[in-house]
Amino acid sequence: MSTSTVSSSAPSSPLTAAVEQPTFGEAVSNYVTKVRGGDMGSLPALLALVVLIFAFIALRPQTFPSALNFANLFQQGAVISTISMGIVFVLLIGEIDLSAGFTSGLAGSTMAILLLNHGWAWYLAVLAGVVAGAIVGLWNGFLVAKVGIPSFIATLAAFLALQGAVLLIISNGGNVPVHDKVILAIENKNLPVIWGWALGVLAVLAYAAGSLNTWASRRRNGLLAVPLGLVVVKIVVLAAFVLGAVALLSQERSRTTFVSIKGVPIVVPIIVVLALLLGFVLTRTAFGRHIYAVGGNAEATRRAGIPVARVRIACFIICSTMAAIAGIFAASRATSVDPNAGGSNTLLYAVGAAVIGGTSLFGGKGRVIDALIGGAVIAVIDNGMGLLGYSAGVKYIVTGAVLAAAAAVDALSRRRARATGRV
Amino acid sequence: MTDPATHAPDLVPPPTLEVRGGLKNFGAVHALRGVDLVARPGEVTALVGDNGAGKSTLIKCIAGIYAFDAGEVLFEGQPAHIADPSKANELGIEVVYQDLALCDNLDIVHNMFLGRELKKGIRLDESTMERQAAEVLASLSVRTVRSIRQHVASLSGGQRQTVAIARAVLWNSKLVILDEPTAALGVAQTEQVLQLVRRLADAGLAVVLVSHNMNDVFEVADSISVLYLGQTAAQLRAADTTRAQIIELITSGSQESGGPVTVPPAPGTAAAKLDTKNGSTQA
Ligand SMILES: Nc1ncnc2c1ncn2[C@@H]1O[C@H](COP(=O)(O)OP(=O)(O)OP(=O)(O)O)[C@@H](O)[C@H]1O
Ligand SMILES: [Mg+2]
Repeated sequence: MSTSTVSSSAPSSPLTAAVEQPTFGEAVSNYVTKVRGGDMGSLPALLALVVLIFAFIALRPQTFPSALNFANLFQQGAVISTISMGIVFVLLIGEIDLSAGFTSGLAGSTMAILLLNHGWAWYLAVLAGVVAGAIVGLWNGFLVAKVGIPSFIATLAAFLALQGAVLLIISNGGNVPVHDKVILAIENKNLPVIWGWALGVLAVLAYAAGSLNTWASRRRNGLLAVPLGLVVVKIVVLAAFVLGAVALLSQERSRTTFVSIKGVPIVVPIIVVLALLLGFVLTRTAFGRHIYAVGGNAEATRRAGIPVARVRIACFIICSTMAAIAGIFAASRATSVDPNAGGSNTLLYAVGAAVIGGTSLFGGKGRVIDALIGGAVIAVIDNGMGLLGYSAGVKYIVTGAVLAAAAAVDALSRRRARATGRV
Repeated sequence: MTDPATHAPDLVPPPTLEVRGGLKNFGAVHALRGVDLVARPGEVTALVGDNGAGKSTLIKCIAGIYAFDAGEVLFEGQPAHIADPSKANELGIEVVYQDLALCDNLDIVHNMFLGRELKKGIRLDESTMERQAAEVLASLSVRTVRSIRQHVASLSGGQRQTVAIARAVLWNSKLVILDEPTAALGVAQTEQVLQLVRRLADAGLAVVLVSHNMNDVFEVADSISVLYLGQTAAQLRAADTTRAQIIELITSGSQESGGPVTVPPAPGTAAAKLDTKNGSTQA
């Protein structure tokens, strides 16, 4: 691969001349311009999260900020956030997967039945559940990308069919208990305190090394780099957040004196690894770039020689696979699977989490972290309002309102982006 | 022009691209009904014709976006079957589309490398891509772009055009096709793009330029192919034709002066000598 065949005395261009590195102040003001231009990313969600947390702390100073409740939040948010990370992939290509909720139910019930009635080893049962999810994704993707059915309808059909499949798998009894120790541990056990600290510190160090390395190599190559100050600020914020969370989760939260409950819930590092993996795929690989391209301009992507249908199918498979993994978390948390597993608000919370976090419903814009931030917002609302004694009905209405607000922010910022030439 | 006597005819390089009898229907719409086109290395071949004559359709067929229903495509003298856009890229065909086909949500670098990203292992090699993109833009004398990491959505029409052209010349292409690249541009930017088109040809590439602007066509083209209602009315050497002739061909599909018009031979052949002596046509 070589560059241009055009022979031209390359004039000294501002692009090839040593770039003028922006100062800290410039970088901040660039960011403000970007936000003003409509590219707000996760900013509204982060602000909402801070406001909500302070509001609930003020209203329930005893219970809401307790270590027990904090751990609860993670365990409650795990299922929604995991499905939501997958949903981000279909939203990025401008599609939707309405069947993701029941895909999680399918995976959970498949796993539970194989464990209970067929005595499978936990890892084989998990594998079977995840493969079942991947097949659903392949089917959805095929209908959308090859047959040309709008994803809304294709996945609505799968939504109905999977609901039936879960009923059939669970059949009589109406409830399949999960006894496997490993599966139960995912959502109900914690890492030893020392492990939590080790992983937390390791994560911070890895992030610091990675971002400093990127910064240095861009500087070395004469490319525009963000100011070092900003890199350091980001590292410090992340370190404060991660180590603060580990500290809180490492406190004793047992209400009795016989058992000790402390440490980071096991599901947390699993989700972090999944998020890092998906984030890597999305931002660092050609495949990830093609996903954004399909969402931005599918026809241009096709003309660039990219197999658009394959990219679409892959996104549906990723979405369903993540939903399946979430189904296993859900089974672990509930210690059983019932016919409504993955039903009711599961899907809408997951889509809501992605959108609240800043992923666009119109395709081409979004990140994996959006799902985690949005998932945190939903978990905090659900948890905090529960502590305030509101009924499920009120919680649904409030969450619905938040979702509508997030979608409105998305639509308006898109309009604004159009007007200011950013998309 | 070299003396034809010193050149055996078989030493003349074959045209980079030759289309013979290209046909394309969209249902009942006969978009192309017998198209012949020859594009030679080192030459700018203008493709002209009225709105709806089939220029864009022809280009999309060459680029593998659509498939010809019938007809023959020769690439460097070899029969070529261009089934999809990546096959066209493999052959060395690059197209700048009328609608530009850029992804607004990606930045300039990502657009230029879309579909052919440079990688280190499985990771994107962002630094190298960014550097090469900057080099190409500099070689095209693009100075107005603030940062090559800005989203394409924030660029002006002319800047988008330059990105699309830069994308095409980033690769070692043999044939660059530009569909109305100057339609939306101001005077200065039009001039820049035309100079760029000329430079591409002078560097030995075959260039096909679609344009409605006769000034542009006569400024840069070596050869002019006229499409009329999906059919090739004539392909003529620019030096031997007048605007009036071309405009007549565009509007009526034939010339009063009569005579069958066919594809002109390559310069440097005996036939080309004939071509220049006998005017625009050659039996
Ligand atoms: N995808 C399509 N489906 C049906 N008909 C089409 C399609 N694309 C083009 N056509 C028809 O084919 C004919 C040629 O269109 P084309 O876009 O190639 O014209 P053009 O010469 O590029 O015109 P312009 O100068 O306006 O760009 C037109 O009659 C058009 O309506
Ligand atoms: Mg056209």
